[in-house]
Amino acid sequence: MTTMTMAAALNAGLRRAMERDPSVVLLGEDIGRLGGVFRVTDGLQKDFGQARVIDTPLAESAIVGAAIGLAMRGLRPVVEIQFDGFVYPAFDQIVAQLAKLHQRSSGTVRLPIVIRLPFGGGIGAVEHHSESPEAYFVHTAGLRVITPADAATAYVTMQQAIASDDPVVFLEPKRRYWDKADVDSAVDVARAPSPWQSRVVRAGTDVTVACYGPMVRTCLEAAQSHESASCEVVDLQSLSPLDTDTLIASVRRTGRLVVVHEASGTAGLGAEVAARVGEACFFELEAPVLRVTGYDIPYPPAQLEEHHLPDLDRVLDAVDRVLAF
Amino acid sequence: MSDSEPAVRLLSPDGERLADGRYDIDVSDAALRDLYRDMVLVRRLDVEGTALQRQGELALWAPCLGQEAAQIGSARCLRPTDMAFPTYRDHGVAWARGVTPLQLLGLYRGVTNGGWDPTQLHCALYSIVIGSQALHAAGYALGASLQGSSDATVAYFGDGATDEGDVNEAFVLAAGFRLPLVLFCQNNQWAISTPREGWHGAPIHRRAEGFGFPGVLVDGNDVLAVMAVTQAALDRARSGDGPTLIEAFTYRMGAHTTSDDPSRYRSADEVDAWSRRDPIRRLSAYATRIGAADESFFAEVEAEADELAQVVRAGVRQLPVPPPESMFDHVYAEPHATIAEQRAFLTAYQDSFADEGVA
Repeated sequence: MTTMTMAAALNAGLRRAMERDPSVVLLGEDIGRLGGVFRVTDGLQKDFGQARVIDTPLAESAIVGAAIGLAMRGLRPVVEIQFDGFVYPAFDQIVAQLAKLHQRSSGTVRLPIVIRLPFGGGIGAVEHHSESPEAYFVHTAGLRVITPADAATAYVTMQQAIASDDPVVFLEPKRRYWDKADVDSAVDVARAPSPWQSRVVRAGTDVTVACYGPMVRTCLEAAQSHESASCEVVDLQSLSPLDTDTLIASVRRTGRLVVVHEASGTAGLGAEVAARVGEACFFELEAPVLRVTGYDIPYPPAQLEEHHLPDLDRVLDAVDRVLAF
Repeated sequence: MSDSEPAVRLLSPDGERLADGRYDIDVSDAALRDLYRDMVLVRRLDVEGTALQRQGELALWAPCLGQEAAQIGSARCLRPTDMAFPTYRDHGVAWARGVTPLQLLGLYRGVTNGGWDPTQLHCALYSIVIGSQALHAAGYALGASLQGSSDATVAYFGDGATDEGDVNEAFVLAAGFRLPLVLFCQNNQWAISTPREGWHGAPIHRRAEGFGFPGVLVDGNDVLAVMAVTQAALDRARSGDGPTLIEAFTYRMGAHTTSDDPSRYRSADEVDAWSRRDPIRRLSAYATRIGAADESFFAEVEAEADELAQVVRAGVRQLPVPPPESMFDHVYAEPHATIAEQRAFLTAYQDSFADEGVA
């Protein structure tokens, strides 16, 4: 076990994947000499060379489009989009091209591409640097979408995403980049549990709190601080495919569900989770599923983001409301 | 074609061999006949495509009529392991890469969203979002270059696509990485109803200079000139000297697609003028002039075209409609719970009608 930050764990995961598979190449803006604006690729160009850690022009559509061509040529590209708010120029290449080409080719073209995307708010950033675009990608058939909640899962899921033969949008909760955890760097990734499932990160009996990415820590802290209720916290982790088996089993035990995410509520992951749990747990539910999400507004200026982002108090408020129903 | 160097031209509209100080190519009599055959067969396939759409057998057709020399001339320069990234109008390119007519028609009949195996034929699937394939081509060329391969890549796109960010970003990648890439623009004058003068402050081929690589203008209805410039660009790509932009000046004789009515935006006189520069007639005149082909050869190709048309007409009606469950095939390469669940639902839903006696 080594204690490291999530950024360091992601770096170690990338390094391990590159060591294991020479077809893994990294592309992105400022990822080489600089090591990325969050230093997630720090030192990789020095060790693997410019042919495997490739600095690209400032052109997000080009980065993803080129990755498609590289994959067609047999490589496994891992691309970095510098910030969540800069992914939209690449939207066509991700949604209309990358997500569809495997099926369009009747399975003959494989697109094992990972799109790394630092996402979410809470770091006091200026406009376009705090967004949560996951629903767009979850809504798109052909993509897998995953987000690790801590350094240990980041290390493993990064390698699993790279090993996947499907395109993966890998959402990195940027405000957790500097959170430290024990990482088992000797773990055999091939034998690790499937990343495409949710996991119970805290057992409880009264209410289930479902969350993912940056909100996992927030919800764990809320659960721990609740004075009376026993909260079970489920980290969804895999947003597409969305694994609701674990969640449904949890809700059948607790009878109550709160879903938490930073992204706006309307047509967000919480809506999908609520619908699926409603279908599966109609008779077990003791209360309506409640959502704690960002508001349906453009991401606010940094000085206001604390009012927009779900925090410990808003999660506790929802837990109390769902219990009082 | 004004205000820049004249287009490379090796055949006059009447089929006279011309000298061009910059480019030349030697083509044997047999190769000339093959080019002629390719162009005639592709034209017949194309005419059938339009007819089949009019008969309700295809949902849509995007005619390549008039662009046969640009497509066949360039694609016939490729080696088997080179890669082509065509647009949805590049039937001549697909033909030259070995895509069969029925594979090609499947997309337009609505029985597939693709139609062939790009990894086997070294021809990417048609790209309908304008210009998006230029970036795939750039990435593919980058991959070939990283692998130390001598394979070259050709990105096909039209004049309209040069307005797209993706094509301009492909230019940036091509220049920055000195990619073994040929950027082949068929300027067919019309982006649906937008004329070529529309958005180009300068001729398309001259844009290359700003990106830092050569651009060349070629008479796109002159198959020999197209071959000469494409071969030179491929040689340059293979030798590590980087990309070339080719602007093949041609004309879209047909509609944008069968859903279009070009009489609303262009004159019959214009179309008529271009029909006098027909690429196939130009080649046949030249082949006749030098004795590379005679009437019996032309008749033979005509008979082959008739046969192709018949095969296409019969075959397209028999293209199998895939079973509904196939919609779930290959959405993902690896198992996906939601897809599996929905496939099972559809199957069960359909099975629920089984005892209703639908014979």
